[in-house]
Order: sequence, then C-alpha cells, then structure tokens
Amino acid sequence: VRRQVEGSRAVAETVACCRPQVVSAYPISPQTHIVEGLSRLVKSGELAGCTYLNVESEFAAMSVVIGAAATGARAYTATASQGLLYMTEAVFNAAGLGLPIVMTVANRAIGAPINIWNDHSDSMSQRDCGWLQLYAADNQEAADLHVQAFRVAEELSLPVMVCMDGFVLTHAFEEVDIPDQDLVDRFLPAMRSRQVLDPDHPVTIGTMVGPEAFTEVRYLAHLRHQEALRLIPEVAGEFLKVFGRPGAGLIRPYRCGDASTVVVAMGSVLGTLGDVIDERREQGQAVGTLGITSYRPFPAEAIRAALGNAARVIVLERSLSLGSNGAVTTDVRGALAGTSTEVVSVVAGLGGRPVTKVSLHGLLDRSASGALETFSFLDLDQTAVDRELARYADVAPRQTQEVSP
Amino acid sequence: VFQVRIHGRGGQGVVTASEMLALAAFLEGRHAQAFPSFGSERTGAPVASFVRISDSPIRVREPVMTPDAVIVQDVTLLHRVDVFAGLRPDGFVVINSAHNIEWCDVCPPSREDDPEHLVCVNATEIAVRHIGRPVPSAALLGAFAALTDVVTIASVIEAVQERLPGKVGADNAAAATETHQLVVARASSGDVSRA
Repeated sequence: VRRQVEGSRAVAETVACCRPQVVSAYPISPQTHIVEGLSRLVKSGELAGCTYLNVESEFAAMSVVIGAAATGARAYTATASQGLLYMTEAVFNAAGLGLPIVMTVANRAIGAPINIWNDHSDSMSQRDCGWLQLYAADNQEAADLHVQAFRVAEELSLPVMVCMDGFVLTHAFEEVDIPDQDLVDRFLPAMRSRQVLDPDHPVTIGTMVGPEAFTEVRYLAHLRHQEALRLIPEVAGEFLKVFGRPGAGLIRPYRCGDASTVVVAMGSVLGTLGDVIDERREQGQAVGTLGITSYRPFPAEAIRAALGNAARVIVLERSLSLGSNGAVTTDVRGALAGTSTEVVSVVAGLGGRPVTKVSLHGLLDRSASGALETFSFLDLDQTAVDRELARYADVAPRQTQEVSP
Repeated sequence: VFQVRIHGRGGQGVVTASEMLALAAFLEGRHAQAFPSFGSERTGAPVASFVRISDSPIRVREPVMTPDAVIVQDVTLLHRVDVFAGLRPDGFVVINSAHNIEWCDVCPPSREDDPEHLVCVNATEIAVRHIGRPVPSAALLGAFAALTDVVTIASVIEAVQERLPGKVGADNAAAATETHQLVVARASSGDVSRA
C-alpha cells in the first residue's frame, strides 16, 4: 500500500511483514524509531509469534539474535554508530557462525568528537566483518531491501546488513509502497536453517579451529560471498515478478552508458546526484552516476562493465579512511585496474554536512576544467583548517607534571 | 517543486507541521517529502523542518535553501534566526504573531506592503482556544493553504485528522479552518497584512 510515511516506520512495518521470530534491540539515534515501531507492532499483536527483547546494550542485542538464529529463528536487530562498534565482536561472530541475521544500520558518524548525524563511518568500519552490506538509495529501496535481505541471508546462511542513511532517510517522511503481507509471504518462505542447535541432535558450533583449517573456513565464507553476487540479482528479479517493481540488484547505473564522467556513490546522495546529472545532461554534458547497492560482496565485474567507457570516475566517499582516501575508491580502482579510466576520490558529507546540488555542480565543474585533484574534500572550510593549524603550531607541548606518590 | 521551510522552537511541532503538509499534498495525489533539520533538538531551541511538493517524484535530499514559502511558528525567532534566508522574490510568508508585520520590526525583503504574499495570524491564541494548548502547527497550515493555494484546506483538514486522530485532530482541524477563513476574508477585503 502506497503511503506517506516516515522511513523508519516503513522499515519497521516491512520487517514485521517478514515475520521475524526474535527482535532484540537497544535504542540509539537515528535508528530508534525503527525498533520502537517494531516494539509497538509486537505489543499490539499485529506482529504475532515474535519475541521482542529490549536488552541492556548493543553487545547483548547482537548476542541475543545470534542465539536466536542458532536455534533456527528468524532474527532481526538494528543499530547505528557507537552502537554498532559496541557490538562489533559479536557482529564478526554472527558472520563466522554463518547465521542468517538481518540488521539495519541507520548510518551515522562515529566519535570523537561526538556527532549524531549521517555519514557511512559506522558500517564502513565493519567492512571486513563478513556480513553482506546493502546500501539503500531511498526509503522505498530501504523497505524493499529488507525483504530481499532475509531471502539472501537464509539462502546463503550469511548475515546481511541493510544500511540506510540516518536522519536523511530514517526521518524523512515520504511516499513508500510498503510491501503487502501476502506478497511478502509468497516471496519469503518460512525460515529454513541449514544448521540448527537442537538438544535432540546436539552439535557444537563456533569451536576452536586451528591453523590446519582456519584458512579453509574463511575461503568457504568468501565463496558464499561470491555466490551472493549471483544470488542478489536473481532475488531482485524474483522481487520484480512478485511486487511489480525492480528489486535491488548489485549496482544502480543512471545515464552512464555513454557518459565520459561518472560519479560513483552509495546511499541517499544518489537522489540529489540524479537531479544534478539530469541538469547537466540538459546542457549536453556526457555525465552519469553509478550507485553501489551491494558493497559487500563488491560487484567488481558489474562495476567494470558499467564504467568501462568512462574517461573519469569520481568516487563520492561518505566516510574517510584516515591516512589513505576512502575505502570505496580503493575497491573501484581495483575493479578498473588495467583500464584507462581515471579514478578520483572526493570525501563528502561527513558528520551530516549536506551534500548540495550547488556543491555537486561545483565538483563537476572542477572536473570538467581539469582542476579536480586525485583526492579532495567537498566543501572543506580551508579558513577553519588554517586557523586550527596556526593555533596548533602556537601551542607549545606541556611537560607532563610529575605525580607525587 | 514548491519548497517550504518551517521555523519554530523545539516542542512547537515543526516536524508534525511539515509531515501534515506533506501528507495533505500526498492526499491530493501529488508527491511530497518532509524532513527535519536534524539536530540535537531541545525544547525551546530554534529548529526547522522542510517540505517539498511536486507533481513528479522528488529525489533531491538537500535542505530547503531557496524556499517558495516560509512558515514562522514563533515570532521571537525573527530576531534570532535569518528565517527569510534564500526566500524567493515572489515567495510567501506566514508568521504566527499577535501583531502585524510592522510591529514585528523584521520585514522580509520587499514584503512590507504585499498582503498577497505575507500574512500574520495569531495561531497560538487560536490554538489555545480550540485545542487548549499553544500548538500552532495546524492553524498555520490553514493560513498557508489560504495564502498560497498550494494545497486545499480540505486536504489540510484530512491530513491533520489522519496525523492526529480523535478529538485532538478535530480540534486542530477547527483551528486550521478558522485561520483559513480569516486569511480568505482578509484577501477578499484587500486589507492589511494581519488576519
């Protein structure tokens, strides 16, 4: 049903349609509205057969869904920012144990300094945790991705993280076609686990694996990620058949077939980028944009096929790998290795700074005039940086005072 | 795309106002988007929210920087925040004030003698009378509908009652209806900026 609804609410109702049996959560902005919504749906009885556990920390939230999934239950949680970091150890375990958990990350910056606003630092910090990572461009996709995430997770026995921009999407009140329950039921069968903890048939999972087999365990997990590259588009195709609108797929190319310059990005900035691309196309410029929906697994082949004709690719990074550039740039460069396509990196929208059309036009102007550096920051306040550098140079380091015993 | 920026103070319902306006447009079969200026909102602190209304799907996600209309829920903000920043030359202004714009002492550029584009309504007083609480959102949307014709008062009322069910919604709808009638009457008499 098409409704004007808050993004968090749309996700909560969609997750409820997926009939999770265990939801375990701890509140943190900007994710809280999602689990509050689910809590209400469980309490009202609209989401039947679900145990809702309000736990004492994110570490507990992830631990509970690990336990639930290990017994064969469909399990869900959501978090953001410091909350994701707090559960990190368990996040890696969920992947290592091959548990088909679905978790929403309402993307938010990581402190210090404390910042509640949107960027991708939190989920990018979990790049190598072994979960699939899918990024939503808008709230329709955020809702739809959850339905597909449960399917993919359960077919592969791997956890899936659905990343949606905090506030920009979670708190945006817009039109979403929330999937109908009967269609979700048709698309997503009841949970079937390959591996279930069952007292009648006892097994041990997550035991110590030594040097003789640890590499093979990791290799097998990598194979399942490779398998996801085939499965995600297949599931998206089925999604289209059942719901009548396209599923997620691995990438989202927009007007980049004949483009000489393509901006690559993940998440909600793709909407604003789409408008900018249209405006420049009207001026006859051959520009396009490519959204990466599946960041893990990384669809290198699909990206190479989509970007092969471009002379220049600009990767818009919503997080910064300090001391390097951005993680997405590294991956895109790898995908385009051996081609003549130039890849430049632009860090944009950290800690909630809006990525505006004016700034994006400026970026593409600099690119067209040859003034865009290999690595730069969008809208950097150079005056503030210089002032701080000068102040830092002026401050003499203080001798540490000796503490009397 | 018609862009609206709503200024208020934390607790006055700027987010609710933006959602009700977006819902009113949606109910008319149009596309709409509402979102808050995400901050560490505290009760009483200056806050803003944004609405876009369009006949085609809306993709852009930047804050509204060049509004076609500005709604000011708290007149004391006029001296604290540049509420008219980026307002389009032919843009509309709705101010919640017990007094008219001359008294407010901060005029938006070229709006002093333009009642077609500016209105002050005592939305707080009207809200207290209908709802029993100083929550001016719905009343201001009634004035907005009358001034701009971007959405109809019928849609505003339907949106208000969908967002705020029961008696609260009915009371808010009554407040919206009163301000709408005030502004329509003012327009037909061709009189002053204050409704």
